[in-house]
Amino acid sequence: MENIVIIGNGIAGVTLARHIRKKSDSKITIVSSETEFFFSRTALMYVFMGHMKFEHTQSYENDFWKKNKIDLVQGMVTAVVPSAKEIVLSNNEKISYDKLVLATGSKPNKYGWPGQDLQGVTGLYHKQDLEALENWAPSTKRAVIVGGGLIGIELAEMLRSRDIQVTFLVREQSFWSGVLPFGESQMINRHILEHHIDLRLDTNLVEILSDEKGHARAVVTDKGETIACEIVGLTAGVSPNIDFLKDSGVELGKGVKVNRFLETNIKDIYAIGDCAEQHEAIDFRRPIEAVWYTGRMMGEVLAQTLTGTPTPYKPGHWFNSAKFLDIEYQTYGWVWTVPKENEGHFYWEHASGKKAIRISFDKTNRTFLGINTFGIRMRHQFFDTVLTNKETVDYVIANLKKANFDPEFYTSYNAEIQKQFSSQFVAVKTI
Amino acid sequence: MSKSIKNISIASHENMQMDGIQKLGIALGLLGLFIMILALFNVSFPNKGIWLTGSIVAIFAGIVVYANRTYLNQPKGIKNNGVWHRDFTNKGSWAWMVGIILTAFYIVLYWFPQYLGLNETGGNSTGIVGFFDPLSYILNGKAASQWFVYGTLYTIAILGLGYKFILKYRHNKYQLVRTISVMFFQLGFAFLIPEILEKLNPEKAYFAKDLKNMWPLNYYFFNDWHLKAMLEGGNLGMFMLIFGVAMIFIISPILTYFYGKRWYCSWVCGCGGLAETAGDSFRHLSSKTDIAWKIERWMIHSVLVFSFVMTIAVIFTFLSNNPEMSFITRDQFIWGIIAFLVVFTAALYIFKRKDLDTDAVYTMLSLVAIIIISLLINYFSGNQNILFIDSNSLREWYGFAIGAAFSGVVGVGFYPIMGNRVWCRFGCPMAAILGLQQRLFSKFRITTNGGQCISCGNCSTYCEMGIDVRSYAEKGENIVRSSCVGCGICAAVCPRGVLKLENDTPAGRINSNDILLGNDVDLMDLINQK
Repeated sequence: MENIVIIGNGIAGVTLARHIRKKSDSKITIVSSETEFFFSRTALMYVFMGHMKFEHTQSYENDFWKKNKIDLVQGMVTAVVPSAKEIVLSNNEKISYDKLVLATGSKPNKYGWPGQDLQGVTGLYHKQDLEALENWAPSTKRAVIVGGGLIGIELAEMLRSRDIQVTFLVREQSFWSGVLPFGESQMINRHILEHHIDLRLDTNLVEILSDEKGHARAVVTDKGETIACEIVGLTAGVSPNIDFLKDSGVELGKGVKVNRFLETNIKDIYAIGDCAEQHEAIDFRRPIEAVWYTGRMMGEVLAQTLTGTPTPYKPGHWFNSAKFLDIEYQTYGWVWTVPKENEGHFYWEHASGKKAIRISFDKTNRTFLGINTFGIRMRHQFFDTVLTNKETVDYVIANLKKANFDPEFYTSYNAEIQKQFSSQFVAVKTI
Repeated sequence: MSKSIKNISIASHENMQMDGIQKLGIALGLLGLFIMILALFNVSFPNKGIWLTGSIVAIFAGIVVYANRTYLNQPKGIKNNGVWHRDFTNKGSWAWMVGIILTAFYIVLYWFPQYLGLNETGGNSTGIVGFFDPLSYILNGKAASQWFVYGTLYTIAILGLGYKFILKYRHNKYQLVRTISVMFFQLGFAFLIPEILEKLNPEKAYFAKDLKNMWPLNYYFFNDWHLKAMLEGGNLGMFMLIFGVAMIFIISPILTYFYGKRWYCSWVCGCGGLAETAGDSFRHLSSKTDIAWKIERWMIHSVLVFSFVMTIAVIFTFLSNNPEMSFITRDQFIWGIIAFLVVFTAALYIFKRKDLDTDAVYTMLSLVAIIIISLLINYFSGNQNILFIDSNSLREWYGFAIGAAFSGVVGVGFYPIMGNRVWCRFGCPMAAILGLQQRLFSKFRITTNGGQCISCGNCSTYCEMGIDVRSYAEKGENIVRSSCVGCGICAAVCPRGVLKLENDTPAGRINSNDILLGNDVDLMDLINQK
């Protein structure tokens, strides 16, 4: 019986294991050092905020794994030895494999800041980060968060839920401005301030200062300011968690290099999820996609390959979502911060400053390219079809009602949006 | 879910404290309750009317002050911070105290109303029952009974805590409209209209005048005393009888077809109304385990069978003893029931075999059991004895075990420990019937938004009916479950806009995907079409 070993029990590894089990009786072993059972990493914030208990973040009851004959091993993998087809754990135990899948995810970036390893300094990625935050929170009056992205704003929300003062250092001129165009980014800036978060744009971390016990006591910014704090959150992105592969012979770049079939340079070793790096990026995607959905999708695909149907990773149209405090965000297709040469952007924002949509389209033939939507839920299925059929922006504007996914009775802004669109982008018809 | 992983979040919530105004609100509300407790212990107030008004006003004022302070000074949005940290909402000692007090109140209410001050010999009541006399005289022209006290308190709870609920979910119009609906039906249909009708028809024997309280939730609708009271109750009685039957066979099936069982359970029903408003703070306590689902199926369908058999038995006895009051004989009645159920069950099996999930199978088996028991009744029963059991004692046992103990004592008393829908989920025969229809003949479903689910678990955690919503959403499947009452909270708490309650064509409503939207289209076709 074939023996498939998966390192990592995140969404990628676990999706893979489930889908293999649907089609085959192979022996499946998942190795993880973080937790015994799969949990949803995206939900850690809700545990801290008291919305859920940790057990609620687990999608499957604990006997699920035994029932489905998926073996779980808790241990830290220190080395992969392709020549012997085995992996080595930190307790020197060895596990042999026929097929090995690397699904080890990411680790938070640390850019060599002085004091980055002090007590009280943490990223927000692992369950252990949450435990550390729990320990420090009761004695914390102020926290400083470094890095203006999705994890940063989540961490800010978490700490505010316990009435901890938060200073939020963002390197860019505006929140998440590498991804969000100006209008949306400004909207989120305002919402951050509404939640009494001390937002410092265009500000970098220089140094974290220590108290006599080795715990963070303050940060120094590049504006020369020293901000006293007990917690420092480092949320300046993540990078693949691949240090243990250095001497394995597996080709590494920033992540584990894989081809379209998610194969590494070594036969029978594959990589999926955050830690995988495509040799060449797929359409406009990045070579490394550290996103929940892509991890899941790679798991779905590789399961086919490992059960006898070699299948390349061909993700469909890009989509993503997030929640910035109270403002939900979804995106379908591609919307760049600044329109490319052939692109037009239509931006509508509600007077409340909490709802907005931006549609990107091709100016030459009016093909719809992508949408950002804030505070208005949209239908994934609708936009997936629109993108596949290369429908026009006019089609989308005319069918906003079909696209809408808001709960019943919600106020519709379609008329307002349509009116603004036609005044901006629809020429008056002449006979 | 497991208890093996220690919850790490319970330790530190030192930074969350109530401020002065919130405390003032709580104090005002407790003051209002305290006046009622004094009345309960027979403190005789000089101007009862003024004191009663004062205590009710204090309760409302307390809730308004507390809710305004808690929700209006922060931006609109989901307000679940600290739910699992707080003793009161996480089965701590306050929760147990409230649970015990509520349970004790229900026990006294049902079985020892004299301790509430009810004078059962017909003289003036004392205690809290007597305290409510002034309001009772205004509304129905009679002295208060323990049921009047209960109805008033129930209505206060739904109105006051409904207001709090509205502020909490004020960003969500579905919640707003739905809550106004349950408040309206409680205040008007369950409380004011019946009391006023009572006042207008003082000489008639009691029969239920709450239009929306339909059988089998109102289990005594077909009991002999109630049938007689309606038949002898003039135009109003006749109207209630006809409307009640029409509710069961016409109005409810039509509404459930178009909107799912939510039209009743979370928009109209009084039990649902209390659960959604007063019980909102405990909705996350419902168990989501497979075991709980198994117990749910057994219990709710046992109650369903019990309620049907009890009802058939009492009608059988009624027809035996009062052939002159009806145009059908007891034989016609029982054969009619059997014929109806056989046709109904057979049609289900023939046309809906493929859509039956475990819940629906259990309901069908329950119907079969009812058919068999009905047949046995026909052959082995005298006028009064139904299968060797006295139909009166069957009725009394149902009233005791289900009507009082389950729906009241357990159903509400255990809110703070087992969640706010214990009765609706495990006991209500009405919910079981509507659930079968919702699963098989309805346009209602909760749509999953393509591949956007991140498995966070908020939906499952806050499902008061204990449905593991996430297990469907993360597979891209729609949620079409018998037990779903359509409260819409799963869609509200979802951080990624993945869930939407919808009424749409029944075709393709129940779907099941192996690969989610967003992945390779060819792969999705390949996997999902096999």
